[in-house]
Amino acid sequence: MAVEETRIVTKFLRSREDDSWTFDAARKHNKAYSALEKALGMEPAKIVEEVQTSGLRGRGGAGFGAGQKWSFLPKDVFPRYLAVNADEGEPSTFKDHMLLERDPHQIIEGAAITAFAIQAHHAFIYIRGEFGLGAERLQQAVDDAYANGFLGEDILGSGFDLELIVHRGAGCYIAGDETGLLSSLEGERAMPRIKPPFPAAQGLYAAPTVVNNVETLSTVPHIIRRGGKWYAGLGVNKSTGTRIFSVSGMVERPGNYEVELGMSFRDLIEGLAGGVRDGKALKFFIPGGASAPWLMPEHLDEPLDMDRASELKTMLGSGAIMVFDETVDPLLISWRLAKFYAHESCGKCTPCREGSGWIDKVLHRMAHGLGRPDDLDLLLDFGSNIVPGLNAPFAQTTICALGPSTMSHVVSLDRYFGAEIRDRLAADHATRASLAVTAV
Amino acid sequence: MSMNAVPMSQWPSDHRYTIPVAGDQDVVSVTIDDKVVQAPRGELLIKVAQEHGTYIPRFCYHERMKPVGMCRMCLVEVEGMRGLQISCATPVTEGMVVRTQSPGVKEAQDGVLEFLLINHPLDCPVCDRGGECPLQDQTLAFGPGESRYVEEKRHFEKPIPISELVLLDRERCIQCGRCTRFATEVAGDPLIDFGGRGESTEVITYPGEPFSSYFSGNVVQICPVGALTARPYRFKARPWDLAAIETSCQSCAVGCRGTLGSTSNRIVRLLGVDSEPINQGWLCDKGRYGYEWVHSDARVHAPMVKKGTGLVESSWPEALEAAAGAIRRVHDEHGAGAIAVLGGARGTNEDAYAWARLAKGVIGTDHVDAQLGDGLPADVILGMPRATIADLDRAKAIVLLGADLKEELPVLALRIRRAALDLGVPLIEVGARDTGLTRDATSVLRHLPGASAEVVTTLVGALGGRKTRTKAVERIVEAITDRDGPIVVVLGRPSVAESSDATVHAASLLAASGHDVRFLSALRRGNVHGALDLGLTPGFLPGRVTLDAGRTHFATEWGSVPGAPGLDAAGIMRGAVDGTIKLLVLLGCDPLGDFPDRALAREALAKAERVVCVGAFADDGAAHADVLLPPTVWGEQRGTMSNLEGRVVRLGRKVTPEGTTMEPWRIAAELAARLGTEFDLETVDEVQDEIARVAPAFAGVDAALVRRARDGAVLPLADHVDELTFGAGSAGAGVSWEPIPSSPEEAGGAPAPGAPVPALALHVWSGDAVAPPASPTDAYSLRLVAARTLYGSDRVVAASPSLARLAEDGARLRVHPRDRDALGVADGTRVRVTAGRGTVELAIEGDPSTPQGTAFVASNRTGPGAGDLVDADAAVTDLRVETVSGSGSAGGAPDGGA
Repeated sequence: MAVEETRIVTKFLRSREDDSWTFDAARKHNKAYSALEKALGMEPAKIVEEVQTSGLRGRGGAGFGAGQKWSFLPKDVFPRYLAVNADEGEPSTFKDHMLLERDPHQIIEGAAITAFAIQAHHAFIYIRGEFGLGAERLQQAVDDAYANGFLGEDILGSGFDLELIVHRGAGCYIAGDETGLLSSLEGERAMPRIKPPFPAAQGLYAAPTVVNNVETLSTVPHIIRRGGKWYAGLGVNKSTGTRIFSVSGMVERPGNYEVELGMSFRDLIEGLAGGVRDGKALKFFIPGGASAPWLMPEHLDEPLDMDRASELKTMLGSGAIMVFDETVDPLLISWRLAKFYAHESCGKCTPCREGSGWIDKVLHRMAHGLGRPDDLDLLLDFGSNIVPGLNAPFAQTTICALGPSTMSHVVSLDRYFGAEIRDRLAADHATRASLAVTAV
Repeated sequence: MSMNAVPMSQWPSDHRYTIPVAGDQDVVSVTIDDKVVQAPRGELLIKVAQEHGTYIPRFCYHERMKPVGMCRMCLVEVEGMRGLQISCATPVTEGMVVRTQSPGVKEAQDGVLEFLLINHPLDCPVCDRGGECPLQDQTLAFGPGESRYVEEKRHFEKPIPISELVLLDRERCIQCGRCTRFATEVAGDPLIDFGGRGESTEVITYPGEPFSSYFSGNVVQICPVGALTARPYRFKARPWDLAAIETSCQSCAVGCRGTLGSTSNRIVRLLGVDSEPINQGWLCDKGRYGYEWVHSDARVHAPMVKKGTGLVESSWPEALEAAAGAIRRVHDEHGAGAIAVLGGARGTNEDAYAWARLAKGVIGTDHVDAQLGDGLPADVILGMPRATIADLDRAKAIVLLGADLKEELPVLALRIRRAALDLGVPLIEVGARDTGLTRDATSVLRHLPGASAEVVTTLVGALGGRKTRTKAVERIVEAITDRDGPIVVVLGRPSVAESSDATVHAASLLAASGHDVRFLSALRRGNVHGALDLGLTPGFLPGRVTLDAGRTHFATEWGSVPGAPGLDAAGIMRGAVDGTIKLLVLLGCDPLGDFPDRALAREALAKAERVVCVGAFADDGAAHADVLLPPTVWGEQRGTMSNLEGRVVRLGRKVTPEGTTMEPWRIAAELAARLGTEFDLETVDEVQDEIARVAPAFAGVDAALVRRARDGAVLPLADHVDELTFGAGSAGAGVSWEPIPSSPEEAGGAPAPGAPVPALALHVWSGDAVAPPASPTDAYSLRLVAARTLYGSDRVVAASPSLARLAEDGARLRVHPRDRDALGVADGTRVRVTAGRGTVELAIEGDPSTPQGTAFVASNRTGPGAGDLVDADAAVTDLRVETVSGSGSAGGAPDGGA
């Protein structure tokens, strides 16, 4: 049986490649803002309930229940804010990128419905600085929405006001952490804040704030149109609905695929993405963005299920799958990831700030034939001061999840390639000793 | 959600940060390492543990700042919470079980220290912090002892100056954010921040903007490593060679507590002590680095007597006899009323008392004034209902009525800023131009210099419920509704270019408003309050009693007292000019620099027949002296001072004076003996005991109490006895990075004995004040504000090399840019400025903080300036400003100031 996508969020943008981002096309061919119209006729609490019923979980990485998040806002504390996290920076993730460039009205509609549901009159879309075209189209879409009465004062005569502001980031990974994002939005350095207080209690400008991912909000209009029950009927277990997976790396057809949760990794990688390119064998894959621990070929038949991923000591994270074939040196991959985290550590927490750089340096020498026999154990040992226990789901000595991310790939390296690497380090060392080369 | 939605800036705080958490109990039980302790709900775990004897290591946490959770050194295990928790940001809740020394915690501490050390250079042997370094200490106590890091450490150019006073070594920095948080949160000078990411994270200043905060030295003190060093102290000493004593800073009247450290008989640093009621650990840079003047080469080290045309070095017996002889001769020929004493606000309380007794009890003159025409009437200051500094934290509202506190009493400005921003106390500024606290004020009521009555009347009316249409006043009424506590008015002299009448009148309006209004004096000079309290002011005797009220009492104690109230400083000057005052005693003051009307001061000094000068420097005033008696100064002598809330605090002696100087109180006693009265005072303690016995307001504040009271004692003791805490002073130079605590150590622990009640009723200000006559303005003139800025040409700054480089030399005329543009000149152009008193040429400068129609000239500058424009007799000072070429006049010909 041929494997197929289940297109809900991506249906329209796939159907009109030429103009799906324009207001006219979205209105004419996608009934854009009809869900908003419906939502404005509902009780805000009913919307929250509907989304809770749908089981929709955050698509940014943590996978927290969207409706549940909304319900955490303290009663009767106003103003409240909605912040839309469009700072998609997780390496290998490019789903929000597509949604921003190709269907901005769906995001705006989802944001407006959410703002109404939580009774926020100000919403901010924090868009990654590098997304030039996305920001341009999103801003145009926002302007069109204002011009047509879907944003601004008294939306569609409902009496509900919403100001929506598009804010472009200045290019740093950590602004994608929700508290880092809020700091950046306030004009501060994007450094995560200590939690508690959680954003729901004290977020933007110390007011109750909901932070949601672009894909999460893009799903909301569909839930409003067709009901939470319908959405909950899709997917598997507590992973309801569909998700967009960004498949990249050494596959025949890399790209974004929206599939019903519960599909197997094999169907996604081999069925939809065409399998490992050039007929090579799969060595390993990263199932949920660069921060997720790795999986091996034996895991291919596991389902795309967030809770099952946890059992496998990894996560579906941002929904990005990186595929590596047999020609790849996992040590080099690990070093490249380490370099990224060392570069992006915000510098706030000591273990991450200092540890990420150290990991980078040790992996560099390991990957370049200059490792010491016990280097992998050294990494695991001092790394456990960032991630006590080294056991997913990761505990952390840092404020945000960047800390554990610096060690996630090292843990994977040890789990699946530990013996191989230790042998190699010993061999490298022996070679150097025979050549009387001093270790760096 | 356990958190409610109170913004962090509005956390309720009674001197400590707590995090609001749900729960019924005010006090909760927490188990820390198997020990059950009680603590206020929401208090930070790290602090609770410390107060109960468990020290949790930390670098970024500082108890005077909000927690940030950066260093991760204070991780602990909390039962029921996943992973380790940072104790600096974890509020205590009922039943919490905490482990601070479990294997997991030890491992995390090891780990954090290893991480911190991978990029930290081990240049400890040449680091100022070596030996008192928290990173060294905590590595010893909690660290792994060795590093597995073999790679190259991070490199930066080192050190780089980030201001004239502070240097930054980015290699040593451990990115705890104490300095950046201090600058932003506490000082309100957000001039340093983090730049870069990951291990390249560094503390930065912004292009073209140095870290020129008045409080920059605090970041050096709280830095947990040697990343920030201070130019005055760099490489001057090894910490273990320092000996230190606790004392109070005397560069202004706040009286900040600090430890004064010296090596080889040279003072090398002053560190702030965390005295809860006074300075909470902070110092301003002028106070912190102002010790340098003590060792200035310009100090006079031996007495001098005029022989022929000049002063020549002499012996003490000869100099004292010369001074006593001059006093005796003038007294015999012209009576006691021909003798006047100016100054005395820069010494100790003991100095002030002995000189008051000499002048009033021995010589018999009441022409005595410690204020030099730049303060407020003693009648008001000594008799107004007083507030303490701590009252600011709990006030219904704070009204600023007077000087720019950031310039004159910097650490008081910090306290007020905290009250306004962190504790939510409404702050109302009444003033003629922007001050360092304007941006933190709830409302600002602007007025023309010398004309505050109108806005204060509106304010008082609104407080009494009268409708107002002024937005700024509406905001005040809204802000103070539902608030309890007294309204604290910080009362000072806003400008020496206007008489004090307008300010006193405004204060009387507030006092009569029907609210609980209390005043906090903002007089500036180091020990001006001690001098006033001890009678160095006309019409008063020591201990806040008037001449009349204290006559009988002091006649018994002293033998005699003057018959009638004498002249104030301006009256004394005029008396010297018209010949009725023949002999001037200058007690640690320089009329040419201190008195606002320089022409009058110059003439007075020139015309006085005899001048006896007790001064540390042979400066301008001393040039007229017949006898110059060099006193020992701050740091060289023990004693007490009274700060602006009337708190008597100890001053310590750290270095042995060079040469043959003498304590001013002993000079007074020596002169008295030569004039026929033995004081019978041999030690400072004896003077303190006599003050406690004789001066009514000082009842109970004797040497024994002063020695034991941790934060001193507020007068009168009977009203403040509950605030006393007893404990040994914190001596020793170490632990400078943490607030040196002033919490009671219960040494000797007994509470104060039943506080003695003053022997006489203390003076009470009647609250009567007449409105000063209106001074009409015209469109052609600018009304002058003349006040001090922190770094001027005053002696302490000029004789302290590190501060002298910060001082602006020469006065400038600061006007609103539109007023400047109206003259058609650019910044820096010299313009001719004319007032009733005279004409000077000054460089002009556009300054948006000065409203149109108003001009500002800093008064503490050498050379032509405010001193040449201000007339001591005028209510206000109006200026005509013209371009020097005369072509672009802002008005017609000058017709004199008001």
